[in-house]
Amino acid sequence: MHLIPCPCCGPRAEDEFHYRGDATVKRPAPDAGEQAFYDFVYTRANPRGWHVEWWHHYAGCRQWVKVERNTMTHEIRTAVGPAEDIPEVQV
Amino acid sequence: MSGRRLPAGGHIDRERHLSFSFDGRRFFGHPGDTLASALIANGVRLVGRSFKYHRPRGIMTAGPDEPSALVELREGARTEPNSKMTEVALYEGLVARSQNRWPSLGLDLMAVNSLAGKLIGAGFYYKTFMWPKAFWEKVYEPLIRRAAGLGRAVDRRDPDHYEALHAHCDVLVVGSGAAGLAAARAAGASGARVILCERDDLLGGGLLLDPAHDAWRRQTIAALEAMPEVEILPRTNVFGYYDHNLLGAIEHAGDHLAEPAPHQVRQRYRTFRATEVVLATGASERLIAFPGNDKPGVMMAGAALAYIHRFGVAPGERAVIFTNNDSAYATAHALADAQFDRIVLADSRAASACADDVKARGIDVRFGVEVAHYGGDRVTLRARNGASDRIPADLLCVSGGWNPNVHLASQSGARLRWHEQIASFVPGEPVQAERSAGAARGVFGPGNAARDGAEAGAAAAIAAGFKPGAAFALPDADRPETPLEPLWEVRAQGKAFVDLQNDVTTEDIRLAHREGFSHIEHAKRYTTHNMATDQGKLGGLVGAAVLAEARGEPLEKVGLPTFRPYTSPVTIGALAGRAIGEHFQPVRRTSLHDWHLRHGAAMQPSGAWLRPFYYPKPGEDIWDAIFREARAVRGSVGICDVSTLGKIDLQGPDAATFLDRLYANAFSTLAIGKARYGLMLREDGIAFDDGTTARLGPEHFLLTCTTANAGPVLEHMEFYAQTVWPDLDVQFSSVTDQWAQMAVAGPRSRLTLQKVVAGLDLSNEAFPFMAVGEATIAGIPVRVFRISFSGELAYEVAAPSGDGETVWEAIIAAGEEFGIAPYGLEAMGLMRIEKGHAAGPELNGQTTAADLGMGRMVKKAGDVVGRVLGARPALANPSRPRLVGIRPTDPAKRLRGGAHLVSEPGAGKSLGWVSSVTQSIELSQWIGLAMLEDGAARQGQLLHAVSPLHGESVEVIVTSPHHIDPENARVRA
Amino acid sequence: MPARPEPIADRYSAWRLLKEGLGGNKGWKPAWRKPEPKPHYDVIIVGGGGHGLATAHYLASVHGITNVAVIEKGPIGLGNGGRNTTIVRSNYGLPSNTRFYEWSLKLWEGLEQDLNYNVMMSQRGVVNLFHTDAQRDVAVRRGNSMRLQGVDAELLDRDGVARIAPFLALDNPLFPVYGGLLQARGGTARHDAVIWGFARAADRRGVDIIEHCEVTGIRREGGRVTGVETTRGFIGAGKVGVAVAGNTTRLADMAGLRLPVETHLLQAFVTEAIKPLIDCVVTFGVGHFYISQSDKGGLVFGGDLDGYNSYSQRGNLPLVEHLMAAGVSMIPAFSRLRVLRQWAGVMDMTMDSSPFICKTPIDGLYFNGGWCYGGFKATPGSGWCFAHTIAKDEPHAFNADLTIERFREGRLIDERGAGPNPWAQ
Repeated sequence: MHLIPCPCCGPRAEDEFHYRGDATVKRPAPDAGEQAFYDFVYTRANPRGWHVEWWHHYAGCRQWVKVERNTMTHEIRTAVGPAEDIPEVQV
Repeated sequence: MSGRRLPAGGHIDRERHLSFSFDGRRFFGHPGDTLASALIANGVRLVGRSFKYHRPRGIMTAGPDEPSALVELREGARTEPNSKMTEVALYEGLVARSQNRWPSLGLDLMAVNSLAGKLIGAGFYYKTFMWPKAFWEKVYEPLIRRAAGLGRAVDRRDPDHYEALHAHCDVLVVGSGAAGLAAARAAGASGARVILCERDDLLGGGLLLDPAHDAWRRQTIAALEAMPEVEILPRTNVFGYYDHNLLGAIEHAGDHLAEPAPHQVRQRYRTFRATEVVLATGASERLIAFPGNDKPGVMMAGAALAYIHRFGVAPGERAVIFTNNDSAYATAHALADAQFDRIVLADSRAASACADDVKARGIDVRFGVEVAHYGGDRVTLRARNGASDRIPADLLCVSGGWNPNVHLASQSGARLRWHEQIASFVPGEPVQAERSAGAARGVFGPGNAARDGAEAGAAAAIAAGFKPGAAFALPDADRPETPLEPLWEVRAQGKAFVDLQNDVTTEDIRLAHREGFSHIEHAKRYTTHNMATDQGKLGGLVGAAVLAEARGEPLEKVGLPTFRPYTSPVTIGALAGRAIGEHFQPVRRTSLHDWHLRHGAAMQPSGAWLRPFYYPKPGEDIWDAIFREARAVRGSVGICDVSTLGKIDLQGPDAATFLDRLYANAFSTLAIGKARYGLMLREDGIAFDDGTTARLGPEHFLLTCTTANAGPVLEHMEFYAQTVWPDLDVQFSSVTDQWAQMAVAGPRSRLTLQKVVAGLDLSNEAFPFMAVGEATIAGIPVRVFRISFSGELAYEVAAPSGDGETVWEAIIAAGEEFGIAPYGLEAMGLMRIEKGHAAGPELNGQTTAADLGMGRMVKKAGDVVGRVLGARPALANPSRPRLVGIRPTDPAKRLRGGAHLVSEPGAGKSLGWVSSVTQSIELSQWIGLAMLEDGAARQGQLLHAVSPLHGESVEVIVTSPHHIDPENARVRA
Repeated sequence: MPARPEPIADRYSAWRLLKEGLGGNKGWKPAWRKPEPKPHYDVIIVGGGGHGLATAHYLASVHGITNVAVIEKGPIGLGNGGRNTTIVRSNYGLPSNTRFYEWSLKLWEGLEQDLNYNVMMSQRGVVNLFHTDAQRDVAVRRGNSMRLQGVDAELLDRDGVARIAPFLALDNPLFPVYGGLLQARGGTARHDAVIWGFARAADRRGVDIIEHCEVTGIRREGGRVTGVETTRGFIGAGKVGVAVAGNTTRLADMAGLRLPVETHLLQAFVTEAIKPLIDCVVTFGVGHFYISQSDKGGLVFGGDLDGYNSYSQRGNLPLVEHLMAAGVSMIPAFSRLRVLRQWAGVMDMTMDSSPFICKTPIDGLYFNGGWCYGGFKATPGSGWCFAHTIAKDEPHAFNADLTIERFREGRLIDERGAGPNPWAQ
């Protein structure tokens, strides 16, 4: 079971969170058109490897936490608050 | 009868006797025995039948690697099929039965399968049973099913209890052999919080089999017990290694008892979140494949040692030991201690440094020989030069070497590495924060393992942030061993097994290879090798070796099938814990719950809530009660508990803007003191939720949402507020539990409330439809909303939860003169269908605002969730199914929810479906809501509502969804 | 119905079993060859799972296209084809799905004769329980939709459920059983046998099954596919069909396509073998639990997704606890049984929970994926429709609605209405 380092509450078990997928897609401006919204809703990133994604700490601080997690190993590298950006990792 | 109790030795309590029964016969044993050791002590040898050939089988091992000695344990509702005798602790009154035999263990007629062995080899069933076509299900499959399986399940509720316990620690040590004890002590000495898990009821692992090491074992346990930060958990098997160093385990807290005491648990499911893990899981002895290696009398050499030193029983009188390594020499000494009549040690190697000590005790040691056959209590020994010798033996001990128990390490993600000296796999580089120690990584012997464990424990503690503690005494270093020489199979005439429980032979493996199933995973699946309840511990590597030879490739290249949970089968009830039946999920109750119970409400689950469905009076059936309640509302006044609605309090300068974006319709234009219906869309344009939102102040709103979506809506709002529009200054919180809310509905609702409401003018002029105000009832501050779900003049009153019942009763007292009736969900549903309000069945995740007849509400521009994608061409198509009303043209006919609408009976093309139905009290007939293609254009058409499932077809007329009061006059009265 | 199988050499039969058995089982041939890849094929199928192998079989047997290679990065059949809970059914409510899955079920019904391989197709019945009036209406809507399309469905009341599933706790306090929707033609099949049967049948018609060959690129020239780069070199092809389930996104990336797919974990479990207890497939929708019993005696069961993107093929405990609790709540006898093994597959979840079998904007490149939970039962239908789509360069009516464009057009096929949130489907 994942241990998610909530930036507000500290490390907490996965079952305190709800998941919501890719956190790199940005909701487009209201007049950006159908294609932009289509990309936001339908063609989210699905990498095998590092993935930046939303986890909602519903049983804790109720913050949407941005987590960088590896979809192959489940390792978690970073977790930040909803308005912050995941720092670039130099590989 | 060859097994017997030894006069001395073993970790058993000889003072006390326990009686038990096996297959109806009564026996005696001692505390400390397993069912297996007690049966051996009583001379029982035949204990089971194999899966496919129904061959007779005896006790092979002394632990979880047992493939054959499976029983149905206990009786009645406590029956447990497939229990391994070798893991069943003896208790007074134990009852066990052999399984998978007919009519009896001694005479099993299914053993005729054995004669057809050549025809029913691996995968035979894939090649036949295809003709005639219907025969598979009718004839062949039932036969196979009856013959397959092992024990029987009972169809009764489990009377035992289970619980879950979750712990964190700095260092988790799995296994308490020499390595595990030393690791725990080293880690404990550093001050780390240590948990030590041991599968067995006694700590010590292999140390229990050597009296010479008992002193060190006891000393170390005493030292651990004196450390306050060390927790020792015997009878606790760690079954799986999961992400982020979480391990799962089962503590067999009550399995050694006839019955757990009342309120005590049978098994405890534990999880451990460990900073560091030391896997000291030991090793399992492996089989050698030779003809007859499955017969009763064959036993692993280490198991024979365990029976003698651990349990004080001798599993025979005349023994042959067949080995390719030094470990079995300890067994030879033990057999000599146990006064065996004759002991022959057949070592396939050319020499061993241990031989002299053994020979000195009169044991016949022969080198360069193999066992070519066992059967009829005779061992056929074959020398390299071809000479053979038949030796009478009622016990044949086998040791093909030892496989480190790498199950958990492999699950943790570590790749396995081939270890040439021990001819087995060991854990490679760790992926998670774990390390293996002792036999689990191929370091054998108590002295070596203890040293390795002490180092691992200290290293784990350091990695967890502690400083090493004081050193402590370790057992003497072990003598160097003569290396093992791999020996997997002795090729000779007859069936040689690699998986005893599933009856997989070396020939099956070779056949699989011949047919192209040469990858280890294919061979496993084709032959079922490794898939039995011993999880391949005994013969897994042997099968892989036979496959490797057939492929002409080294064993390390062939590898083993993936190790998955569980290290040992796990009781499902333990994993389920207490969250079963009525505790499956938490039940939510409104603050009026007790009142409903006192007044005879029929309570039913509605999502997570328990809610009143109706309040039957004596003599009433369901529909009587529903009609009476609905009539009270339509004719006078009724009251309904609507506290379960989601309520979200929203404040801030940008609250109105936030709502404008969140809902399809506008809220910034809403006047203070007014409420408005709102429809929320998902980003893909599909309707998500609806409810009324009131404006309590310039920057203060109270939003309601449906009971089912209360959680998802709040989460949705948090997502947009935090991640999409963090610039909006808005705060909100769920207040669902803070308010008891009650709908007071009906033409006399105003009269009723006017009697009890203070501080608010409820007249139509002062408090019109959709007005919101504050007042008191019975001195309690309340909010009053003039909103209606039933379609009548109606109000909702919200009171602080703690005062809910006071307010509710005050309203009921006021309404008494008007015949006020509490009404439940059923009457509410009836009235909302009459009124034509869309609810769950229509807001089902497949419908748009336009589908629900609310297309015009949706803003055409601006930042609105769902606006853009809701305009996709197929979703905007006006001929999509639209919400309509339907009524049978014959008022005597009933409607069915889930019926489909077709143009004429017999037409196959569905034009739509019936989403909600009820019997209308106003129209005195069945009515329904439906989603109908091109629905708006079809009003007045005659269609047919068909339910082939019920064999029904009803002619219906398409109407407006508003079966009553389409002008909405009543709510404004 | 399937084309009549051509006689193939090396047929299996009871007579053959007897003959080979008496001869020491030395005469059996490999179920499929292990050929070296040729430089060029008419069609390359990427993915040696059930769907890819079935596609090759139907390309050869229905369309006469035999210069075909199936390319698999590991050994065949060890992805979802060998990790599922073996359920076969066509009890879908939306016609786009029912049409396709019913065709698949019809193919299942003749599969053993078509393949000359006993895949142990067992029409034991699949029953979906419902626990409220509202759920009954949803089940009735679905069942009636099936019946209107000529698919079998029956509505069972509480007693009807008790008759076919006497082991259920019908008076479960939170989820009392009101009844069930039964598809009697649904059931189970032996998953590995399906893989092997398709592989053998395709192989005997000349298809090359190339294992341990990973595709690393899709080569295109002028908007048309020309072959695939692999760990064993470039292999040319007139057409390339991709059927790689959870790895769909990775292959789409190679072709520069973005698909509405996410990869999620689904766990499955099997208990120790017991004597016959459960004679049908039961699904308990509210608690997210489904179960059947294998011929060998193990109870095979599963539930929801773990709920986060993953390619790891290993699941976690929260789902396990929930699933076991659901199982014990519904089947009291479950409590004292032991779970033997757990595994996980990686699912290609789409944004409306329905699949696609379609052309792509690149000529000669075809995709088959988005199987969500439903891939196993789709195996023959998916292969048949994919073969048709590749052979004719246009979809068959059975898969005409299963496009990728439907998401852009708003033509969603969302059975459960969960929306574009795979973790919640």
